[in-house]
Amino acid sequence: METKELIEKIKENVIQGRINKEDEGFDEGLDGEPGTVELIEEAIKTDVDAEEMVINGLTAGMEIVGARFESGEYLIPDMLASAEAVGAAMDLLAPHLEKSGVKSRGKFLIATVKGDLHDIGKNIVSIMLKGAGYEVIDLGTDVPAEKIAETAEQQKPKFVGLSALLTTTMREMENVINTLKEKGMRDDVKILIGGAPTSREFAEKIGADVHCADAFQAVEYTNSIH
Amino acid sequence: MTDSYREGMVVRPYERITGDEVRSLDRASRSILEDIGLQCFNEEATELFSKNGCRVEKHDERSYTIKIPGSVLTKALSSTPSVVKLGARDPKNSLLLDAEIPRIYFGSGSETNIWLDTEIETFVSEKDPTVKKRLPVFVEKRGTIQRLATAARLAEELENLDFFIRPVNIQDEDITEDNHDVNKFFASLSNTTKHVQAGLTSLDQLDNVLRIAELIAGGKEALKENPVISFITCTVKSPLQMVDDATQKLIEFSKRGLPFVVSSSPQGGSTAPITETGMVAQINAEILSGVALTQMVNPGSPVIYGSVPVRARMDNLHDMYCAPEFNQYNIDCIQMARYYKIPCYSTSGVGDSKVPGIQATIEKFFTHIPIAMSGAQYIHYSFGLLDRTNTFCPVQAVLDNQHIGMIKRFLKQPKFDKNDFDESMEQIRKVSASSQKLYARFVRKGLRSGEIYSHYPFEDKDGQDRVIETALGHMNELLSRPAKTVPSETEDEIFGKVPGLLPRLKKNH
Repeated sequence: METKELIEKIKENVIQGRINKEDEGFDEGLDGEPGTVELIEEAIKTDVDAEEMVINGLTAGMEIVGARFESGEYLIPDMLASAEAVGAAMDLLAPHLEKSGVKSRGKFLIATVKGDLHDIGKNIVSIMLKGAGYEVIDLGTDVPAEKIAETAEQQKPKFVGLSALLTTTMREMENVINTLKEKGMRDDVKILIGGAPTSREFAEKIGADVHCADAFQAVEYTNSIH
Repeated sequence: MTDSYREGMVVRPYERITGDEVRSLDRASRSILEDIGLQCFNEEATELFSKNGCRVEKHDERSYTIKIPGSVLTKALSSTPSVVKLGARDPKNSLLLDAEIPRIYFGSGSETNIWLDTEIETFVSEKDPTVKKRLPVFVEKRGTIQRLATAARLAEELENLDFFIRPVNIQDEDITEDNHDVNKFFASLSNTTKHVQAGLTSLDQLDNVLRIAELIAGGKEALKENPVISFITCTVKSPLQMVDDATQKLIEFSKRGLPFVVSSSPQGGSTAPITETGMVAQINAEILSGVALTQMVNPGSPVIYGSVPVRARMDNLHDMYCAPEFNQYNIDCIQMARYYKIPCYSTSGVGDSKVPGIQATIEKFFTHIPIAMSGAQYIHYSFGLLDRTNTFCPVQAVLDNQHIGMIKRFLKQPKFDKNDFDESMEQIRKVSASSQKLYARFVRKGLRSGEIYSHYPFEDKDGQDRVIETALGHMNELLSRPAKTVPSETEDEIFGKVPGLLPRLKKNH
């Protein structure tokens, strides 16, 4: 396949939200056809420039997905599927981008705080951030403040995202922020919080940098920080 | 008639009463017909009842008491068809009413005098003049032939409307008793390709109306195969009085083998007992007397069991369609029709509210859902009616279309085939093995095909209630589409052969 055709196909598969050949997408006749992952692998094999794949394939595809979401043609499942496809592609491309000296958009450490097992919102944020080109370190659910601080110390993320669904567990977010302060890392990271019971007022009260009502606000905020 | 017909929605019927209760209501109705009898004001019907073994006694100078023995009724019911096919200008819009299959169709109805237009105005808060709100304002207008044509055009575009009964009375100055029928049928037929049903104002006009239908269907025989129109007769005035004029129409329709509804609409608490058993026993007897007469005229002629039992509202004795008893009466009647294996004409979506809004929506849903669940084949009055059956509001019809679509979807048969199970299991396997544990990606195909419900289309994202304004916008979009009129040569032929049609109904007028 010609480079131009390959990149065009990567873009189309991002628009269809197809991770791999098993994904049916939503248009007819895509079953069994190579998906984003297979196309990226082929592109890597044939030495297509990784940065070109990101700019003209993945990002160009996501721009169309974003515009369709804005117009109401696409809904959340479409956005997530496309972001997942981009995330899977970025996993494969990361070492090649590094080799070519292309910097990642930054590390994003994310966790559901201690005592809370709810993770749908956190997972959606992870998918969207990965799809937007961030390196996401997802610590999962019920994560103690100490573990978040330790990982932040080792990984040096640009952002820390904290999630909670319960009014009883949201208070734990303040504990995480205080632990980061105690370790002298508070000013090294931007802290984003989210989850049904949280609010802008609560974020201000506990000293977080921003409250995000949904995954789009999280991506918008991280993109605004250079 | 072609084998194609509208899909409708086959439901698993909700049954309110048991088989024993159905049989006891049947016995009660038979006892009413055999022991109490009905008062008949029509000579020809009286002769037919007498000839077929009924006991006939002079009631007064104008009427007779007819007593129908159980055996006579049973014989008449045995020749009543259980399947009635209703055709349409577009044969794909035909309807298959099979008494043994609870396939539901929804349609419009009632000859309202008021057409309610919707306008959106901006109102300024008295408290804070910087606060402005856009709100609907409703304007009452008179029903006209052009408005009937507009209603038919709208009906054509409402995907959940399966048949068209004129929802507006034509009150133009040049409409007379002689040209009323031809104009209302033509205005309806020339603007929708769906089945058209109406009552007949004047029996003298039956042949002219049939000529229009024949020219549209492609001839006399073609009309038999594809009956693009059908009729409604309200033969019995409750309690138990068979009126002269409507009974004569019943006889003429039956002689010609035309499909039609034999309808009765008693009011619980005024013209029928308010009790469930009393109401249903009486209305069932009233409908069965009409059905029996159709079979005495012409055995095997197609007829629909028209049950419209309502409650009297006790502060003004108006019909009340949104009472709990309404649902009880109507569901029982649907079961009775199923017992006799006659397709059932029922009612949903009528309320007391005079304008679209919260009250109207609640009242309509309150009958739309249970009547649909009960599996009546032919549900009328379901689009756009307000203030009982006095007002037709086209924006309300657009809202009803949406709500009926939601109900149809909810009543869809469960999908339990092996493919569906296998696909679901595969999804569970894949998502369980993933880190994100999200099923969202598997929703996409169904969302696009329309198999999965997306969201209420008239909501406002800012959290304001702009449902009516949004529905109005949608209605205007639907009405901007080209009308599906009859071909010009057919129209010319109709205008050449049928007297009384108003020239302004011609598309190139």
